[in-house]
Amino acid sequence: MILEVEGLKQHFPIGGGRKVYAVDGVSFCVAQGETLGLVGESGCGKSTAGKAILRLLEPTAGRIRLRGKDITRLSAAEMRPHRRELQVVFQDPYSSLNPRMSAGAIVAEPLRNFGVFTEEKVASLFQRVGLRPEHMRRYPHEFSGGQRQRLGIARALALKPALIVADEPVSALDVSVQAQVINLLMDLQDEYRLSYLFIAHDLAVVQHISHRVAVMYLGKIVELADREALFARPQHPYTQALLAAVPEPAPRASPRAPILLKGELPSPMSPPAGCSFHTRCPHAFDRCKSEIPQLRQGSAGHWAACHLIER
Amino acid sequence: MKFGLALLAALVAAALLAPFLGTVDPAALSPVMRLRPPDGEFWFGTDPLGRDLYSRVLYGARVSLTVGFSVALASTSAGLAIGLVAGFYRTADAVLMRVMDGLMSIPPVLLAIALMALTRASMGNVILAITIAEVPRVTRLVRSVVLGLREQPFVEAARAAGTPGWRIVLRHILPNTVAPLIVQATYICASAIIIEAILSFLGAGMPPNVPSWGNIIAEGRNLFQVAAYIVIVPSIFLSITVLAVNLIGDGLRDAADPRLARQL
Repeated sequence: MILEVEGLKQHFPIGGGRKVYAVDGVSFCVAQGETLGLVGESGCGKSTAGKAILRLLEPTAGRIRLRGKDITRLSAAEMRPHRRELQVVFQDPYSSLNPRMSAGAIVAEPLRNFGVFTEEKVASLFQRVGLRPEHMRRYPHEFSGGQRQRLGIARALALKPALIVADEPVSALDVSVQAQVINLLMDLQDEYRLSYLFIAHDLAVVQHISHRVAVMYLGKIVELADREALFARPQHPYTQALLAAVPEPAPRASPRAPILLKGELPSPMSPPAGCSFHTRCPHAFDRCKSEIPQLRQGSAGHWAACHLIER
Repeated sequence: MKFGLALLAALVAAALLAPFLGTVDPAALSPVMRLRPPDGEFWFGTDPLGRDLYSRVLYGARVSLTVGFSVALASTSAGLAIGLVAGFYRTADAVLMRVMDGLMSIPPVLLAIALMALTRASMGNVILAITIAEVPRVTRLVRSVVLGLREQPFVEAARAAGTPGWRIVLRHILPNTVAPLIVQATYICASAIIIEAILSFLGAGMPPNVPSWGNIIAEGRNLFQVAAYIVIVPSIFLSITVLAVNLIGDGLRDAADPRLARQL
């Protein structure tokens, strides 16, 4: 396993003894060459989970293992050698590149940090992500959104990492450019046996790129399964509602009934007691209000956290 | 920007070359020729002690420009250093910013007067007093820019790429504070020139034997009804200088931002 996450919690104190439970006990693992899609609506904690795994945050509790090595409590200095294995691509191709550094310097930075910089390496990275080496002298504002995201990918790729946390890498791009960037990511995965933790809210994109998918709701994983199983037989009512909300490219004569969720996402400062989804769940019953459902395996490799499944 | 630069260049040249521009000793008294209105001989007239106002105003430009540039440089350097530390190292932040808040609670002119009251009147002390009054504003600006920058994805990406903290400050944070800092520096330069004039006008600035625009205006104040030019001429110079510096500041801001500059 490249990455193992166990009971990861990331709470943010907001004064007055109150906390935001951004990530509240999340466990999953990513194998070599695998893409794990992490989906959920905004504010569910998926990006925070990504940053905690990258150790850009100090996790409140839990365990993060990178190639079997526990990195949860490493100091910034102890963490540095492990950063070669663990890279990131951010959502916003504008703010994720320093406007005052040339494209070449941006891609060269990780190489320089580890003393392995050569001009040729940067040039070949440019070529590998579909940019021309002449572009190295340009500044980020001279690139289009898709090209900037390619720069971000080249930077993440520079150190030949084992795992790339891709935090909504295509949601800021035009649909046609999205496809190009997704294809680039998939090609790179084949070439380097890369693993991705692919954070997204676009289910179509996740279905295309992921091997397995984890669905997050209010800081917890509510369902985790192989892509085929999750999209064909969603177990958790929240996953069912998410999938039902995806527009169909070719509407059938008898469209599926949409599952409309009531109400808003509850505040992560005071998550509901019991199952955190019970306030919006169409099937909620008494037990959901008091007891937190645990992730349980139904069929092989298909995990869901719902009391309905046990009945 | 070009207009501002031309104006300021002319003022700087006039100040530097004052001895060669047909001036006389700005402190030379000649009671016979007191209170002459501007004419062919005395371009800007003379003051009640018969000193040539043209010479005094040109030499006064030296004071204003030296104080303006020195304060701008000193307070932005100090403010930049303090602001970077406060913004990036959270433990130092609380202490540093409370000190800055304390300084900021006193109006800058009043603070400068109080500081001048503690020391002798001299140009060095005027520069120091105005610098101390201006540093908290720069610090606040730099700190807020740094706080914004450190949450930027490109800083997080640098951390994820294994860039050490000091290099993040130097390569990612510092270059991005330059543009707002340059603009701030020009406004500080302008405000330092005005504060120097205010201090001198109140008798808390330059020593009275040094011709500075504030001193000249103060001396001419009582005679405004009979010899208004003594007040008006240095005031015009003061306004033009401040205008020129502010025009340059706006121009620099556009030039320092590559994106903005391309659109213009």
